[in-house]
Amino acid sequence: MAHVVVRDLVKTYRVSERDPGLIGAVRGLLSRRYREVRALDGVSFELARGELLGLIGPNGAGKSTTIKILSGILRPTAGVVTVGDIVPYAERTRHVARLGVVFGQRTQLWWDLPVLDGFELLREIYRVDRARFTRNLDELTAVLRIEGILHQPVRLLSLGQRMRAEIAAAMLHEPELLFLDEPSIGLDAPSKLALRDVVKRLNRERGVTVLLTTHDMQDIEALAERVIVIGHGRVLLDSPFLALRDTVLRERRLVIDFAEAAPALELEGVTAVARDGASLVLTFDPARTSAASLIARVSAEHSVLDLRVERPAIEEVISHFYDLHGAVEA
Amino acid sequence: MSAAAPGSVPGAVAPRLAFGERLRPFRAAFESRFSSMLQYRSAALAGFATQCWWGGIKVMILAAFFRGGDAAAPLSLADAVTYIWLTQALFALLPWLADSEVALNVRTGAIVYDRLRPVDAYALLFARGLGWLVARTLPRAALLVSVAALGLPLLGAQRWALGAPHGAAGGVCFAVSLGLAALLSTAVLMLSSAAVIALGTDRGVVALVPSIVLVFSGNLLPLSLFPDSLAALLLLQPFAGLLDIPLRLYTGQVSGAPAVAVLGLQLAWLVLLVALGRRAVARALERLEVHGG
Repeated sequence: MAHVVVRDLVKTYRVSERDPGLIGAVRGLLSRRYREVRALDGVSFELARGELLGLIGPNGAGKSTTIKILSGILRPTAGVVTVGDIVPYAERTRHVARLGVVFGQRTQLWWDLPVLDGFELLREIYRVDRARFTRNLDELTAVLRIEGILHQPVRLLSLGQRMRAEIAAAMLHEPELLFLDEPSIGLDAPSKLALRDVVKRLNRERGVTVLLTTHDMQDIEALAERVIVIGHGRVLLDSPFLALRDTVLRERRLVIDFAEAAPALELEGVTAVARDGASLVLTFDPARTSAASLIARVSAEHSVLDLRVERPAIEEVISHFYDLHGAVEA
Repeated sequence: MSAAAPGSVPGAVAPRLAFGERLRPFRAAFESRFSSMLQYRSAALAGFATQCWWGGIKVMILAAFFRGGDAAAPLSLADAVTYIWLTQALFALLPWLADSEVALNVRTGAIVYDRLRPVDAYALLFARGLGWLVARTLPRAALLVSVAALGLPLLGAQRWALGAPHGAAGGVCFAVSLGLAALLSTAVLMLSSAAVIALGTDRGVVALVPSIVLVFSGNLLPLSLFPDSLAALLLLQPFAGLLDIPLRLYTGQVSGAPAVAVLGLQLAWLVLLVALGRRAVARALERLEVHGG
């Protein structure tokens, strides 16, 4: 049985609307007009125990709504959701006891308390016994390198320090399921790398099932073996990460620096996308033209200083995919 | 730290947990809020200074009233002075503010985490609210009582000092009633927290609640000094239990069987407001459809 099952999930919100300007504001005081917004429009997927899934999509696609329903915070308008045989919103207390959640833009630690005091309070709230707590704390402290900040109040921490403390806070009670909602937002490079390292370890070594939403495609590339893309409240794609990259954008790029001014090359199946002084950028489809033969032809006819074959950046892959599906909000 | 075996529920509440065990998360929540509030020494000192100042003014105004009024006042000048000093000492126990932590968490969105804990959300907020009110009150009250009860007699102002409770029974009734007042105050605080969560800001609460609480609790004027017909009604409303009832017991305006009745009244309002607050907070948290992201 899959760890997480989501079937035909629908969530609609009612948002009030008013006409612009003063007259609209006054009219809004007298009678409100409501519009239904479908945040989720029939989302279905399953997640096996120990899987690490990346959930991506443009802003407003329904990622956070999905996480909130899976956490038991929100009740879906229609559809089925079970996590380890529990319906989250129906048995909230039992469900959240085995769940760890990190919302990157909010803190779960108490602002005025030193980090360790916050952890102690979580220990009591989750009823973790002392021995287990100490063991978990020691291990998380070492992996996340937070021993130096345990006695500092949360309000004095840098974002990177706080985020590492947040991950520890979410893992102290050994949840079997971890939701990370944009955990890397605003982090510097070392903190991002540390975050990825920890998430990978928790998943591989302890078999924690992880659901990650992010806008950082390097996070997805580094962590997720499987990716679900959602847009307009629907699943647009559910596939292994590599397959996503291959289906969406097969093209390769050849960047050439010539010894003289870049020539205007006319080759079949190859397009010149940029030409600037001595350098030239070509795009080609590796299924039709092999990189090796293209390089051989170019260097046989011209004097070449440097050559690079590049895959399109993952950001481009995703924007291209969103465009294809008209997934970005108007 | 090993992955939990499928089906096991590591942190879940076992069905038969001893009462003390069940309370532990809430006791810890109370203690952590209490101890973190105690570090704000300058706020406590500033509050103390303000309450001394207003206390002095209120005592003088009331003394002027007593000199000018008829003899049949429902409480003596000495009792009225005692009453005023106690209102000043217990000022921070009144729920006239919104819970600062709830307001902050609503603003930052961190309030969603209160729905992600495997314990009763209302009880958790209640424990932290109680810790906040008690920790704000204790240092201010200790300073004010020592000045008003010990300092003023030393300066020869015995007439204007905070007097002793009305006998041992009065003292005991006051202590019980003060405990109920702290709980009742937290129950009112939870209702305003529900409003803060539902509205997404504490501005409505800050604008509306202080005037209600300060008038109807007896902080502005002892409720027994209102016109007779009004005074009887004022005693029955919930805010009387925040301050006026404990102080009537302290000064002996109410004693004997009526003392038990007013304690019962406090308890009844406490039960009712907690029941209301549970529904209001649950509703507000459920409707908290945190937008964006």
